Amino acid sequence: MPEVVVRKIATVVEEIFHEGGPVSANPPKRGAIMAVISNPFAGKYVEDLQPFMEDLKPLGLMMAQRLLAVLGGDAAAIEGYGKATLVGSGGELEHGALWHAPGGYAMREVLGGAKAIVPSAKKVGGVGARLDVPITHVNAAYVRSHFDSMEVGMNDSPRAGELMVVLVMTTGPRVHSRMGGLEASQIKGEDGLR
Amino acid sequence: MSADIRKIAVWVEETHMEAGQVVAPAARKAVAVAVIANPFAGRYVEDLTALMDIGAELGELLGQRCVAALGISPAQAQSYGKAAMVGEAGELEHAAAILHPKLGAPLRVAVGGGAALVPSSKKMGGPGQVLDVPLGHKDAAFVRSHFDAIEVRLNDAPRAGEIMVAVAVTDGGRPLARVGGLTHEAAEGRDGLR
Repeated sequence: MPEVVVRKIATVVEEIFHEGGPVSANPPKRGAIMAVISNPFAGKYVEDLQPFMEDLKPLGLMMAQRLLAVLGGDAAAIEGYGKATLVGSGGELEHGALWHAPGGYAMREVLGGAKAIVPSAKKVGGVGARLDVPITHVNAAYVRSHFDSMEVGMNDSPRAGELMVVLVMTTGPRVHSRMGGLEASQIKGEDGLR
Repeated sequence: MSADIRKIAVWVEETHMEAGQVVAPAARKAVAVAVIANPFAGRYVEDLTALMDIGAELGELLGQRCVAALGISPAQAQSYGKAAMVGEAGELEHAAAILHPKLGAPLRVAVGGGAALVPSSKKMGGPGQVLDVPLGHKDAAFVRSHFDAIEVRLNDAPRAGEIMVAVAVTDGGRPLARVGGLTHEAAEGRDGLR
């Protein structure tokens, strides 16, 4: 099994006080953690990719724990999440899909069994490419106030032979959310949808 | 006047490998950025005192955020830098008013010293534009291993009537620094230069 070689890790936390409207009494935060790792499959076609998902699980768990820590450490405060992969140009889109299981399960584990599917994005890009990571509510995907996204990227990543794997968590809705629909206070939280 | 802050973002990155070489301890940099309303957007105002005072406020706030994000004591900070990007309804001089007269003194308190000039950059720009924050050793500007920069950008800032203000702090120099010159260990740190 290929070893996971980490070149770089970055975290970013945004704290949003207002966006031209009333100042929030509880400013929502958006946080992301990015790990830049070697892509063991770069530069060649490899049929069997799935064993690498297992190798990525400890990295996913470490990233989820660190992301929760920079957002204050309280799992109950996390209301939204998302994940994404940016594949360097020596790889293929399918390599980005390796992150689905390890990224998603790691966040569920750290958040104590979140119910909703973790929304995701993936693409191939060069150094400095930006990636929009979709965000939805952790327990009910239809909660309208929590549909959001966070742009991430790094000026020196991903190089051709690298993958940038990303996790995102938020502590609240869009700062001036007012589009109605299912509210976080109304969710049943049984099926991950409503 | 205290700053009308719309958003604060804090970015931390750590480089564990470069060019196939392990970097231990990891090279770490933090940059904290505040997006504020520009009180003078859309008009020419001669007296920029209000922005100078905002500079003092942000020097303390953003310096402290960087040190906290790195998890270090102020004395462990080794290099620093500052920068501002003014939205299109402002003028370059607004960035100068924030950065130069009053931001440095409280930043130096936040990083436990700082005999050296705080390197800076400024520009006008729009949402998503890159701001490169220069970095230099906090006590001895000639320390060659610590000349560096860190990129910061936010997809939604600065809007026309806003200013993005950034402070960067590190607890070390470049990964794999090897171009000689004055070193961190040999610096005297009395005159701010050597």
